[in-house]
Amino acid sequence: MTTDIRPLVEMRDIHISFGGVKAVDGVSIDLYPGEVVGVLGHNGAGKSTLIKILSGAYVADSGTVIVDGKEARIENARDARDHNIETIYQNLALADNLDAAQNLFLGREITDRFGFLNDAAMEHKAREVLHRLNPNFQKFASPVSALSGGQRQSVAIARALLFEARVLIMDEPCAALGVHETRMVGDLIAQLKQDGLGILLISHDLHDVFDLSDRLHVMKNGKLVGSVRTEDVTHDDVLGMIILGKMPQHLLHLAGPGATNIHGATLRPQDTETTGPTL
Amino acid sequence: MYRLLSKMEVDRRLVGLAIVLLIIWVGFDLASGGRFITPRNLFNLSVQTASVAVMACGMVLIIVTRHIDLSVGAMLGVLAMIMGVVQADLLPQYLGYNHPATWALTLLVGLIIGAAIGGIQGAAVGYLGVPAFIVTLGGLLVWRGSAWWVTQGRTVAPLDANFMLLGGGIDGTIGASWSWIVALVAIIGIIYATIIERRRRLSFKFPVKPLWAEYTNALIKGGIVLAIIITLNAYYLPTRAAEAILAERGLPVTPENLQISHGLPIPLLIVILVAIALIVVSRRTRFGRYVFAMGGNPQAAALAGIDTKRMTVAVFALMGVLCAISAAISSARLQSAGNDLGTLDELRVIAAVVIGGTSLAGGVGSIYGALIGALVMQSLQSGMALLGVDTSLQSIVIGLVLVLAVFSDQYLNRRHSDPTT
Repeated sequence: MTTDIRPLVEMRDIHISFGGVKAVDGVSIDLYPGEVVGVLGHNGAGKSTLIKILSGAYVADSGTVIVDGKEARIENARDARDHNIETIYQNLALADNLDAAQNLFLGREITDRFGFLNDAAMEHKAREVLHRLNPNFQKFASPVSALSGGQRQSVAIARALLFEARVLIMDEPCAALGVHETRMVGDLIAQLKQDGLGILLISHDLHDVFDLSDRLHVMKNGKLVGSVRTEDVTHDDVLGMIILGKMPQHLLHLAGPGATNIHGATLRPQDTETTGPTL
Repeated sequence: MYRLLSKMEVDRRLVGLAIVLLIIWVGFDLASGGRFITPRNLFNLSVQTASVAVMACGMVLIIVTRHIDLSVGAMLGVLAMIMGVVQADLLPQYLGYNHPATWALTLLVGLIIGAAIGGIQGAAVGYLGVPAFIVTLGGLLVWRGSAWWVTQGRTVAPLDANFMLLGGGIDGTIGASWSWIVALVAIIGIIYATIIERRRRLSFKFPVKPLWAEYTNALIKGGIVLAIIITLNAYYLPTRAAEAILAERGLPVTPENLQISHGLPIPLLIVILVAIALIVVSRRTRFGRYVFAMGGNPQAAALAGIDTKRMTVAVFALMGVLCAISAAISSARLQSAGNDLGTLDELRVIAAVVIGGTSLAGGVGSIYGALIGALVMQSLQSGMALLGVDTSLQSIVIGLVLVLAVFSDQYLNRRHSDPTT
């Protein structure tokens, strides 16, 4: 990708452990404007933990986060937001009992001059943003529990856009969606990319993100296996990285500390046991 | 019918509850030979409901955030004792008996201690992560024990004369003319709120209710206000009390002059003010929005940057404040503070809230509903007492009604939840 442009976000040498388990162990990744980057790995590979450090849900034990070339202290969701980093969570972090507008503005409500909520103004803004994303969206009066998966995803994305996100983190963006809705989210991502946002897609399913991503960061056992350009690799290459932690032969020079086939490292027994013969 | 109600944007559940209440009232009235729906009985009913109704408003918020407070009855007990000692033993040493500031200072002390007690329990729930059920179950024992400790079990009496007005009674009402003024203010408020809301929506070109629905809504609300005031004003003071007042004012004793209205009892006025304040807080402020967001999805609320721990403390502290208000009402009504005051109130309050349609799973709740729920509970109890039903049988009936109410609410909700809305 473009090397002369400054990355939107860089995470350098991030470490975090929970009760002795190193969930993320010295991982560095980056993201450029107008770029879609997939962060891949098995369940437990540490990808969600890594991303939660960026979105403020966890605080790293060590390592630095650099936003726009400046070191950023992100200790909670508000800090992340102040750096225009927005996260759309796997479980679609919406309050089911609130309506679309109330969810869009949750935590950042519009109030009138007496400090009371101005629901009409919020609904007005919500209609604007949601219609741009999804012209068919109508259900402004119902709680979001009454919405379909795609509509809920629209609300979640609208929530990020409303507050001028520059970095969008999407955790399993298509997990709850049908075929048609997955395509809708794909179109949305393409549109956001055009607008110059940097997008991180977190997934354990390669197929969800392969076609959408420009680059892929693959993690295994809390370490980075490697970062590759999507055009340089095949599905099988990436599967090998995810499952075995094995860098493709032609990209060995890009291998990260988590790669199992460099520095004389051999496959560890538990890897072969669970996945059968090597690819 | 359902379509009509939805056009008017009225809460179906609330209408159902109101109908149930009406059926209970009419039923008791028929069974008692016309002794239930009388100004006097309804006046008493409103005063008896006040204490539970005030606490129910706060319990709605607690339950909406997926918590529970089992300690409200015990908190009421200890706060009533503390306020009793403050007004009967402590303040008179400096101010003398029945000083005009005594009641206000006493109430202030109660409110502050109530907030502190509630806040401590909220901190244990929010910051220490102990389940609210356990914290407040412990609180139930702690505060009930503390209530005894305040005076080693001695009942505190007599209370301050002004303080006792908070409990209703013959002097504890605001009289006919002030009641009319309250009604007038309420009706102006209803019209103003309707117009403002409609204007706001129109200014953004949102769909609005048809005009006839606005008129009907406002008419019904105004009608309820008028009905309440007319009823309370139709309850006259006992002849002897009226004679005393006439003598004091130097008026001749004639049959017309003897008809001095009670008007709004002060406890009911307190309930109205508390309810309005909490309805505004829950619908129109960030605090209220966050309460509901926490109930709907605590994770989402935390990720949206809401400090859910501090919110938990605040909600429990608010509950403590309301317990102090209820403690003032109940002890003033009994004209004494005993350490068993408020025993089993936690169950009455929770029952009222649940009958009022608040879901124990959190996220859903209505203060209007809780008020009607409290009225339903008290109506059943008073009605059965009026008919001479045994206390033991009263408990059995109320217990069954509680279960039945929640069951039918869930059942109807499942049947009528319209997937297209």
